[in-house]
Amino acid sequence: MKIAVCIKQVPTREWQPRLNDQKTWVREQDASYEMNEPDAYALEESLRLREQHGGEVVVCSAGPARVQQVIREALARGADRALHVEDDALGAADAFTAAAALEPAMREEQFDLILTGLQSDDQGHAQFGPVLAEKLGVPHSTIIMEVQIDEAAGSLKVKRELEGGWFQYVTMPSPALLTIQSGINQLRYATLKGIMAAKKKEIRKVAPPAGLASRLTVTALYVPQKAKQTVMIGGSPAEAAAELVRRLREEARVL
Amino acid sequence: MILVIAEQRNDKLNRASWEAVVAAQQLAGEGIPVKVAVLGQGVSTAASELAQAEVAEVITVEHEALASYTSDAFVQAAAGLVTATAPAHVVFAHTYQTRDFAPALAARLDRALVTDVIGLKVAEGRPLFARPMFQGKLLADVALGGPAPHLVTVQIGAFRADTVQKGPAPAPVTSATATIDPGTVRQTPEAPFQEAKQAVDLSQAERIVAVGRGIKTQENIAVAQQLADAFGAELAASRPICDNGWLPMERQIGSSGQTVAPKLYVAVGISGAIQHLVGMKGSRTIVAINKDADAPIFEVADYGIAGDLFDVAPALIAELKK
Repeated sequence: MKIAVCIKQVPTREWQPRLNDQKTWVREQDASYEMNEPDAYALEESLRLREQHGGEVVVCSAGPARVQQVIREALARGADRALHVEDDALGAADAFTAAAALEPAMREEQFDLILTGLQSDDQGHAQFGPVLAEKLGVPHSTIIMEVQIDEAAGSLKVKRELEGGWFQYVTMPSPALLTIQSGINQLRYATLKGIMAAKKKEIRKVAPPAGLASRLTVTALYVPQKAKQTVMIGGSPAEAAAELVRRLREEARVL
Repeated sequence: MILVIAEQRNDKLNRASWEAVVAAQQLAGEGIPVKVAVLGQGVSTAASELAQAEVAEVITVEHEALASYTSDAFVQAAAGLVTATAPAHVVFAHTYQTRDFAPALAARLDRALVTDVIGLKVAEGRPLFARPMFQGKLLADVALGGPAPHLVTVQIGAFRADTVQKGPAPAPVTSATATIDPGTVRQTPEAPFQEAKQAVDLSQAERIVAVGRGIKTQENIAVAQQLADAFGAELAASRPICDNGWLPMERQIGSSGQTVAPKLYVAVGISGAIQHLVGMKGSRTIVAINKDADAPIFEVADYGIAGDLFDVAPALIAELKK
């Protein structure tokens, strides 16, 4: 099995975004970064599938030089090598642009299976996987909670999450692309040995295809207006607790 | 013309489709017709229900390959319909099914798609679509470029279904031919199922204490349980807690778990990702306790305490026991 896992580097969840002077994007230079969490589950799933079926796991990522941080981390967790489509302009790329950037180099590799997270923690378009599948001409399925591979039949059976606690099994031929739901497995972390080994692993850098242009333009970025007037209760923990309980009893009457 | 692609299963309309119709009616304004398409096999009930809306036409697209949902069949049928009807915009509810096929449809048509939209405005004669970014900490106004049609998915709950404009008489229901080559449908679906009978029906709970990432470790779940007991509440959680196995999946609130609207909802250490908010924002009174005063959960809270839950929870337990 030749498995690709597409990962994205995103600002950490704790980061409080600050706006640029034009108020059309965040100040990327202020952000600290981490691996997009759903992609971490996709990486873990790809490592488990390799352990069961053999083959290799290739990390694929599009972005500026900074994304090497998460590529190295994925290699340290056990991926075999990496493909980095590098360009400074890809830092704020939308899903469609990222898929277009990765498509030619990934097509050349002829993967049997492509995994990625169901959406990104930063832009959250939830488009990248199905768009890349369509561009590569392979079938896809999304929000996957289980992957079974039948190598003899050249097919895979996946468990798709539907809304409200419903699931569905879907079978499709390989090669295919799956977007992985968080919680499909328990993540492993890099060992010291893994970190050392990662230093020797290959990261192939590729330039993106010419003529990439986004059709989505952010004209303004802003803090959302509150839907409700929130009563913020201050003071020491004991004071705040007393005030909250009083208001829940007397104002809201829910106790 | 603006085309809505509605969603049904076994001829039962997904209620979020009404929200997509509302968004389309807002986007259309005066004078631009809205049409609604229903894809499937045997969709007459869903179609006649939709025909109550103030729309120009309800179009059924039926084919045996559409009887059970697959992305391949739906992309083909929708691409054929969009090409034949040439709308300016195509609007969907941002359901899991839409998430599965709309991006592939956009790629096949080579058209722009904006997802998870919560509001519309017009600037310099063109529509802007407001959508969350960075875990809901920010909103972005997005303009769409490239040739029409532009595809738009709207977040569940963002457009109120009860504000749909109804027509004076039912809209005409017509049928369009689906162009699907069944040999090119690569996914074979099985029947949907529920994992196990849900032992806990949180939708019936009067009070819920829900815990999120802020609880940090499995051992600390006990703190949340004590707080729930002190409130006389059921304990629930956001997705990451259930992903870690710290609480069973059946106690998960949000788009992939249960939707609840209790009298009192206390969110402890929950930042308020939209996937969680959609499952609880209908609650009557919402309390948020989070150390990050900018967390999106405070957007929907009636009462907020910006503080460390490990200080606030014991104080609350003590206060409630008084």
